[in-house]
Amino acid sequence: MIPLAWYLIFSAALFCIGLFGALARKNAVAILMGVELMLNAVNVNLITFWHYYAQVHNAPYVHGLAFTTMVFVVAAAEVAVGLALIISAYRRRQTPIVDELTLLKG
Amino acid sequence: MNGLQVVFLLAALVSLFSAVMVVSARRMMHAALWLVLTLMGVAVIFVTLQSSFFAVVQILVYVGAIAILIIFSVMLTRRVMEDHGDQILPGWRAAGLVALLLFGVIVGFMTLWLGFSAVLVELPADAENLLELGRSLVSPQGYVLPFELASVLLVAALIGAITIAVDRKEDQDR
Repeated sequence: MIPLAWYLIFSAALFCIGLFGALARKNAVAILMGVELMLNAVNVNLITFWHYYAQVHNAPYVHGLAFTTMVFVVAAAEVAVGLALIISAYRRRQTPIVDELTLLKG
Repeated sequence: MNGLQVVFLLAALVSLFSAVMVVSARRMMHAALWLVLTLMGVAVIFVTLQSSFFAVVQILVYVGAIAILIIFSVMLTRRVMEDHGDQILPGWRAAGLVALLLFGVIVGFMTLWLGFSAVLVELPADAENLLELGRSLVSPQGYVLPFELASVLLVAALIGAITIAVDRKEDQDR
């Protein structure tokens, strides 16, 4: 009984907050948190359209669930590698601030 | 306004508020704890979408594993962050403008779509067919190839994370 628009606007807002966090924060871990917010917004959108499709076609619909599962798996892999990179960079440069990680600067 | 809508609005407001706190909190540990609240709010949103499986997966994977990983790395990299002044880049206004513009563009385009005014009704009880999902994940006509690729990706991420983060002696004096 909930309008579809509420879900779409909620997930757009969550995505944009995550985008702001990924763009504006200094700390590398905070940037990763912003990326996590964006991935969650995408999952909300996928499950919303899974529900919409199942409702419109009046049949169980498995493909949307399978796609969402893949997004969960990729998000878990992404955060593990990202945090390992941050910890490795922190160990060498003693800072988690992305402005000061200038190893590649010519 | 019925009960389900009230639940949705409460969960959405809590999630959005704590998401704003995630990107604006000065202390990283507070941001990580607000992130846990956001993820739980999204789990409630999944319940209102009648996807109880993904609500449980959200709690297990995000709150149980990813949030703990993030809290651990906050603690491992915290030496300078507490008293380091600004947590936000000088150009944050431009970033906020980009985010607001993107929100406006997304919502603007969505209102053009005819299905935008649709109302989600309650699905029959067998709509989230987990038996079917499990079968299709391992059947050659379904998603066995993405499924196997996902397992390879997880193993590669596990080994890669250990390789990157391991504390080698010869790196110490670089």
